[in-house]
Amino acid sequence: MSRQTPTFQETADAYLNNTQLRENLGHATHTIRDKRADIVGEMPDWEHLREAGNKLKKRVMRHLDSYLLQLEASVQEAGGHVHWARDAEEANDIITGLVKQQQVDEVVKVKSITTDEIKLNEALKKEGIQALETDLAELIVQLAEDEPSHILVPAIHKNRKEIRDLFREKLNNKELTDRPEDLAEAARLYLRKKFLSAKVGISGANFGVADTGTIAVVESEGNGRMCTTLPETLITVMGIEKLIPTWQDFEVFMQLLPRSSTAERMNPYNSFWTGVTPGDGPQEFHLVLLDNGRTNVLADEVGRQTLNCIRCSACLNVCPVYERTGGHAYHSVYPGPIGAILTPQLKGIEDDGAASLPYASSLCGACYEVCPVKIDIPKVLVHLRGKIVDEKKRNGSLKAKLDPEHVGLKLMAQAFKNSKRYERAQKLAQTGQNIFVKDGKISSLPGYLSGWSAMRDLKPIPKETFREWWRNRNE
Amino acid sequence: MSKAKDEILHRIQSALKEVPADEKREDVAVNREYIQKGNLSGEELVTLFVERSGEYQATVKRIKKEELKDEISKACDRHKAIKMVIPAGFKTDWLPDLLEPQFDDSGAPLSHDELDQLDGVISTCALAVAQTGTIILDAGAGQGRRVLSLLPDYHLCIVREDQIVETVPEGFAGVSDQVKKEGRPITFISGPSATSDIELNRVEGVHGPRKLDILVVGG
Repeated sequence: MSRQTPTFQETADAYLNNTQLRENLGHATHTIRDKRADIVGEMPDWEHLREAGNKLKKRVMRHLDSYLLQLEASVQEAGGHVHWARDAEEANDIITGLVKQQQVDEVVKVKSITTDEIKLNEALKKEGIQALETDLAELIVQLAEDEPSHILVPAIHKNRKEIRDLFREKLNNKELTDRPEDLAEAARLYLRKKFLSAKVGISGANFGVADTGTIAVVESEGNGRMCTTLPETLITVMGIEKLIPTWQDFEVFMQLLPRSSTAERMNPYNSFWTGVTPGDGPQEFHLVLLDNGRTNVLADEVGRQTLNCIRCSACLNVCPVYERTGGHAYHSVYPGPIGAILTPQLKGIEDDGAASLPYASSLCGACYEVCPVKIDIPKVLVHLRGKIVDEKKRNGSLKAKLDPEHVGLKLMAQAFKNSKRYERAQKLAQTGQNIFVKDGKISSLPGYLSGWSAMRDLKPIPKETFREWWRNRNE
Repeated sequence: MSKAKDEILHRIQSALKEVPADEKREDVAVNREYIQKGNLSGEELVTLFVERSGEYQATVKRIKKEELKDEISKACDRHKAIKMVIPAGFKTDWLPDLLEPQFDDSGAPLSHDELDQLDGVISTCALAVAQTGTIILDAGAGQGRRVLSLLPDYHLCIVREDQIVETVPEGFAGVSDQVKKEGRPITFISGPSATSDIELNRVEGVHGPRKLDILVVGG
């Protein structure tokens, strides 16, 4: 990683001070949180579904090579073409090449975080090809030249008035109101012509089925159906972890995903296509399988479960940190709790920004509770923190080694290693603390420790410690 | 084998070093203890489908078989829809006289621009799922190509009572042969097109049909 991204802690402050953003986010996350709880609550077998989803994904990950080969064979048999891409650059080259073959300068796109991850739109633009986002929120982000801030609702940070102003300017519609219905209508009119004339569509994939070669796109607006049925050529980019073993397994994931994601029993549209169907939909289909760091995640036995993720975004909506900072503070297309574990594993913890993300959590565990495929996010967060500390120890500069936290913890470890030393340290602290104790508590610590006591009081070490009491109890 | 494919497979194999070489896929046990088959039947099942599909702002009406022609006429009338797309295999004796049916068949498919100009589409379905209020299309007779139920702004779907199943697993099982044997495309429709992209409020009507009527036909 040549260019370092800013750390979460550096960026979060600015977002925390943006009251409009916090209001938009608080409203949106609380609305969806309550709805999800209701719609999940009506399922008596929810825990069984989560468990099955978790195990199916575990099965896929432990046999990923054979499942990928099976998927490739199934897609080819159904008349599709399969491409393999080791990284973003390779994927972009393949896709750009395929688009150029069709001699077009515009393509329509269904919302796909994977294509955001590889910065496909920028790569296409360099070759003179305009990629048009057709999901309403992605269109908003694209028109505003902004970055997505949520997995499901990339424009969650914008409210209706901000969207109205944007559409008034960019879609040249001066009379537009801020009613969501009118805003949706404006997008419908703008995109309809584009859909009808598009020759090439680009999509992501929610799932790919190894035994049938079927690809699934789950959506609400119908833009996904448009992009996957109207163009003559369809190119789908899929992370290698999006596999499920069989058609039957949809019965698990298609119950888990909609309820966790949009808090609906079922979202309006699901498209399932298998290669090419003569006379119906695109007659040329390309599937691009993308690694781009996923095999690194696979190699870590604790981190591997991160690949179970079906991108529902339930963990974002319940996260007390995400709710306050929003998605942009994470500097990644994968924000929130899942992003805090996925981004550092995909990018590598050598990147300062990525390495700061596992600390963007209070470890409250709400994310694990709502995760439909039971990713133990807190466990992976702690595991990654351990790896990051080890990495700093190995490769850190002298400055990192003299970091007060590092030195403090080292001293503490020494003290805890030996009971004599521990008791001596206690004695020392007993005497040393006197100047800070007021009314039986310590409310303000000096220097580096002041941050800790800014929010909470500390009990002083008592005159007689437990150990002393224990020794003296029979005397 | 392409170089990229070769390398990705190699990376996966070295990432999975701890997985025993003789471990089979099924060795990772998957318990399917969740509900696979429902226990509702007859009247209760139909009532649940009507209730759940109605919650998505679709207009749902239960009718008798002999009322079908009349009800199609009333529904189209309500939407001032006259030029209706009729997929191949749709029973023409159900069509009211006042409609101007636009037949789509494989010999002479309607173009995208033509479809865009029409008032609506009338189709049947493959199955319906009561639990989620979902209609499943499998591109079979009476349903036709995927685009037919996509471009026109109004979709009138006819569901027979005996096509309703209770659970999502039953829905996927019901179209499994069409996928495995024929590779047919499958579309799930749950209410009209919608978006939750503005402040996470559901708004009906973006790119797909903005109006969805369902006639549930008994007897």
